[in-house]
Amino acid sequence: MSLISDDIHRLAKLARIDITPAETARMLKELNNIFSMVETLQAVDTAGLEPLCHPIAIVQKMQLRLRADVVTEVEHREANMVNAPQQENGLFLVPKVLE
Amino acid sequence: MTRDFSSLHHQSLTQLRAALDTKKISALELAEYFLVRAETNTDLNAFLHIDRDLTLAEARAADAQIASGNITALTGIPIAHKDIFVTQQWRTTAGSRMLENYVSPFDATVVEKLKTAGMVCLGKLNCDEFAMGSSNENSAFGAVKNPWDRSRIPGGSSGGSAAAVAAGLAPAATGTDTGGSLRQPAAMCGITAIKPTYGTVSRYGMVAFASSLDQGGPMAKSAEDCALLLDAMIGFDAKDSTSVATLDKYKTPISARLLTAFALTSRADASVSRPLAGVRIGVPQEFFGEGLSSEIAQAVDAALAEFEKLGAVRVEISLPRTSLSIPVYYVIAPAEASSNLSRFDGVRYGHRAAEYKNLADMIGKSRAEGLGAEVKRRILVGAYVLSHGYYDAYYLQAQKVRRLISQDFQEAFKKCDFIMGPVAPTTAWKMGEKSNDPVAMYLEDIYTLGVSLAGLPGMSVPCGFGHNGMPIGLQIMGNYFEEARMLAAAHQYQLATDWHTRSPEAFQ
Repeated sequence: MSLISDDIHRLAKLARIDITPAETARMLKELNNIFSMVETLQAVDTAGLEPLCHPIAIVQKMQLRLRADVVTEVEHREANMVNAPQQENGLFLVPKVLE
Repeated sequence: MTRDFSSLHHQSLTQLRAALDTKKISALELAEYFLVRAETNTDLNAFLHIDRDLTLAEARAADAQIASGNITALTGIPIAHKDIFVTQQWRTTAGSRMLENYVSPFDATVVEKLKTAGMVCLGKLNCDEFAMGSSNENSAFGAVKNPWDRSRIPGGSSGGSAAAVAAGLAPAATGTDTGGSLRQPAAMCGITAIKPTYGTVSRYGMVAFASSLDQGGPMAKSAEDCALLLDAMIGFDAKDSTSVATLDKYKTPISARLLTAFALTSRADASVSRPLAGVRIGVPQEFFGEGLSSEIAQAVDAALAEFEKLGAVRVEISLPRTSLSIPVYYVIAPAEASSNLSRFDGVRYGHRAAEYKNLADMIGKSRAEGLGAEVKRRILVGAYVLSHGYYDAYYLQAQKVRRLISQDFQEAFKKCDFIMGPVAPTTAWKMGEKSNDPVAMYLEDIYTLGVSLAGLPGMSVPCGFGHNGMPIGLQIMGNYFEEARMLAAAHQYQLATDWHTRSPEAFQ
């Protein structure tokens, strides 16, 4: 398998990262190198195996915990918004989405 | 009158404790001493953010604690945090332009726990951007230099942490390990570090890279120091969804078991000179094959011989899928990274481009400007392996091979108590040597990735030097929740050897 420039554009779009033509060319070469290294995985027989998501699940049953459905956080709106690039009246500002 | 504290920077935490307890030094003086060292050794680029007022305020609070008599083993001892742990007072950048001016509204659980234990924060340490890298050259704020040779890399991604401890700019540091980021820089800078079992140290407030692999841990001068730090870091945290429930194994402090961990099993032939009698050390043949530098093979072999002198026996084992851990890791970690890093959109926090046409343009430009080359590379790899049509072939296949790799470790642990081998195939390389070849850099991680994928504890212990004068690390791998016995074994090794006491000439 080998990626082409269009694949890099598609991935960059999926990842919402603008890339320049120079970056596209470099990324194409590097990603193809990475995927030729990753390709060895395809030869491994994994028939009947379950994917392992939580590593400890190999030795003990793991399941995601649920907490009681109660309010635990007090309001920290101001502290939580300190890092916002643009804000007004306690709201995050973004460019107009609907005309 | 100034008192002479000239040799404090290479003392163990236990020695610093004794100095504090006997009033030879105050927490304030100790903090000032390390601040000055950090401020005068900026050429290493180990620290990203120092704020002496904040540090000295914490030191004064520690002195008040000491005066009141209500102390822990760590009260008044300074520590610096990898800039992956968020801190409410110091900026947190994760080594990225994206977070250049970010100030967290809360402290990471690890930061909070160490503060509660009375430790004094010296500031934040440089690292590869979002912890992605093996050389620390991926930091947006410049590479960290190795204190043993400033033309060489310190390893990564916890390179600032390793360099700071090796140079005596901090007596201890926190780090994180996703594929070897605690163990490899520790090996390359000649210090001791442990990545505990996945889920034992809270990930809350650790800027996420690959959530099923990320694990925080301590870096210090010795196994004894790491044990003291780990005791304060470990514990169930409801704020981390994959935190493991507190186990009986951790009820007695690990640091209190350094000399007794092996007394628990009755072994007829154990003695003072052979404290590890009967302990089986598995040596995986796959860790000694092609690619391993001969001087590292020799240093590791000499370390194993030392363990034999202490009574341990070598057992040959096999981890047949060692080489597969590289492709598995470089599918799973980028997949999780591409998902985790989607949060950086320039809306709620982080960098926002100055000019843009619309929302999509704003996000695309902000991410292009805020993220570095390696991070973009991994995000694109992740986007590919998670995308429609490739998910099963890459991501799910990698998760299945991950199971096989984990099973291999469990098979191996039927034959041995620990597994030992090298941490990295080479000693620290020259800056720039591998930075244009990502795959060459990935291959360097071969010995550390398996433990990460399996979520097992792994540590690095200094065991010698290469011909270039660069440190070599021995990797000790244990089964799940075996940190106490690993640290106890490493402690016995360090009682019998002095590699861990060596420090770089320029920083003595």
